[in-house]
Amino acid sequence: MIHLLHDFLVIVGRYAISAFAAIGRLSGFAGSALSHIVRPPLYLGLTGRQMLSIGYFSLPVVGLTALFTGSALAQQVYIASTRFNAESAVASVNVIAIVRELGPVLGGLMVAGRVSSAMAAELGTMRVTEQIDALTTLSTDPMKYLVVPRLIAAVVTLPLLVIVANTIGVFGGFVVATQRLGFNAASYLQVTVDYLEASDVISSLVKAAVFGLIIAMMGSYHGYHSRGGAQGVGRATTNAVVSAFILILLANLIITVMVFGT
Amino acid sequence: MTMPQPKARPDTDTGPAAKIRLDGVTKRFGAKTVLDGLSVAVGEGQSLVIIGGSGSGKSVTLKCILGLLRADAGHIWVDGQDVTTMSERERKTMLKRFGMLFQGAALFDSLPVWENVAFGLIQGRGVKRRDARDIAIDKLARVGLAADVGALFPAELSGGMQKRVGLARAIATEPEIIFFDEPTTGLDPIMADVINDLIVECVRDLGATTISITHDMASARKIAHTMAMIYHGRIIWSGPAAQIDQSGNDYVDQFIHGRAEGPIRMEVLKG
Ligand SMILES: Nc1ncnc2c1ncn2[C@@H]1O[C@H](COP(=O)(O)OP(=O)(O)OP(=O)(O)O)[C@@H](O)[C@H]1O
Ligand SMILES: [Mg+2]
Repeated sequence: MIHLLHDFLVIVGRYAISAFAAIGRLSGFAGSALSHIVRPPLYLGLTGRQMLSIGYFSLPVVGLTALFTGSALAQQVYIASTRFNAESAVASVNVIAIVRELGPVLGGLMVAGRVSSAMAAELGTMRVTEQIDALTTLSTDPMKYLVVPRLIAAVVTLPLLVIVANTIGVFGGFVVATQRLGFNAASYLQVTVDYLEASDVISSLVKAAVFGLIIAMMGSYHGYHSRGGAQGVGRATTNAVVSAFILILLANLIITVMVFGT
Repeated sequence: MTMPQPKARPDTDTGPAAKIRLDGVTKRFGAKTVLDGLSVAVGEGQSLVIIGGSGSGKSVTLKCILGLLRADAGHIWVDGQDVTTMSERERKTMLKRFGMLFQGAALFDSLPVWENVAFGLIQGRGVKRRDARDIAIDKLARVGLAADVGALFPAELSGGMQKRVGLARAIATEPEIIFFDEPTTGLDPIMADVINDLIVECVRDLGATTISITHDMASARKIAHTMAMIYHGRIIWSGPAAQIDQSGNDYVDQFIHGRAEGPIRMEVLKG
């Protein structure tokens, strides 16, 4: 009995230690990356290229996600709401759900799937082929050259992507409501505008920026610290996506409770 | 009163002339001790060649000097400055004087060949891209690569070509100290000799201090002033290159003659 308890505690302790070690490593990494942002030089060209690859090339997947989700949502809310004021319910629920939650969360998750994995794979390959070491020997800080441009680009780009996602999502609901459900276009838009508040938009953009940070941080961190050849890079890629997903959902919950919970 | 004699064994040399000195450097990976109190030194403008079996810790030694790996114990001095206790900033300044050819070339595969070669010039020294490109093309010519190779990407090159691009990158900034990790591996004998000549020129004409790792004894004999052999994490013999054949050390003899039989037992199963 005592033995069992002892073994159990040993296992728990071991997990706790490795979890704390991981958190420590990650905080160290994040602290170092953020401190490099405020110290020159900044690689603006590289940042621009990252913005293009994170932002522009994510537009199709983010746009389609928002379109399909917004349309389906309008249909569902219509079915669920009473027929009396279905029109205002569909328009208002749609815009609030999209802007507050679905736009940033689904947009963030889609970009995480695309971008965290790509970052982890790229930096991971650079790590295992010693390209990161080579940067250091060529008087270039890999943190500054590789990580900082990705962080800045993701934090700046995600809010822009989410604005697009929100707009397309609301538009998807609008199309279903007016074309399928026979709503009046003008009054649907009126309700949409009436229900949308500045705080909704701001929280949406704050979420997007935080998700951008999470996406780039997870991709870079796991890539930067990968080891052990192709298998290690594969593991880093998986870990980057899974941890980005979980952290995005967790951060979303925290921000939602903080902004709307009171 | 006589002048102190230059000592034949640089690992015990304590004179100020040593450009790089390792003293009791120990490096472990988990339970495995790779370097076990390794001591060696190389004088200014000298060429040291380190030989030793595969997996004996030669590359790890270079990485410890560069600070890419942290030694668990011991000291490493470069120009009298202790690398192991340096701040990040001091290390960065120190690395500006280094060039390194990695064993696997470690070319940046997102950049064309010429930008790889010019990287240290553009990023480290702030040379204009156009000028850096000219220098890069010139360095590529030194390693036997035509100018049009400069526009290719590393993935489009053969292994030996990548190695030579890595070499051009290591010498592009004409650094004071250059490390070559197996510079001639994967090259044909003629090209290998061209590279040997290039390394000799770096030392003779530019006054560079170099540490080279090689398994190629012909290359070692050509480029070394001093040779050191690493075995079980220590330097078991070091001395002037000319004395390698009279080392009187069975391990060295077995190694330089490439004999399977001898004091060094390879861990292979005999069928
Ligand atoms: N990052 C690392 N993590 C764990 N072990 C490592 C690491 N780097 C090297 N080693 C181990 O250290 C030992 C020495 O490696 P090193 O690369 O220095 O060998 P080497 O002498 O250069 O061999 P070769 O001639 O084959 O290049 C090897 O046994 C290797 O397994
Ligand atoms: Mg090696």
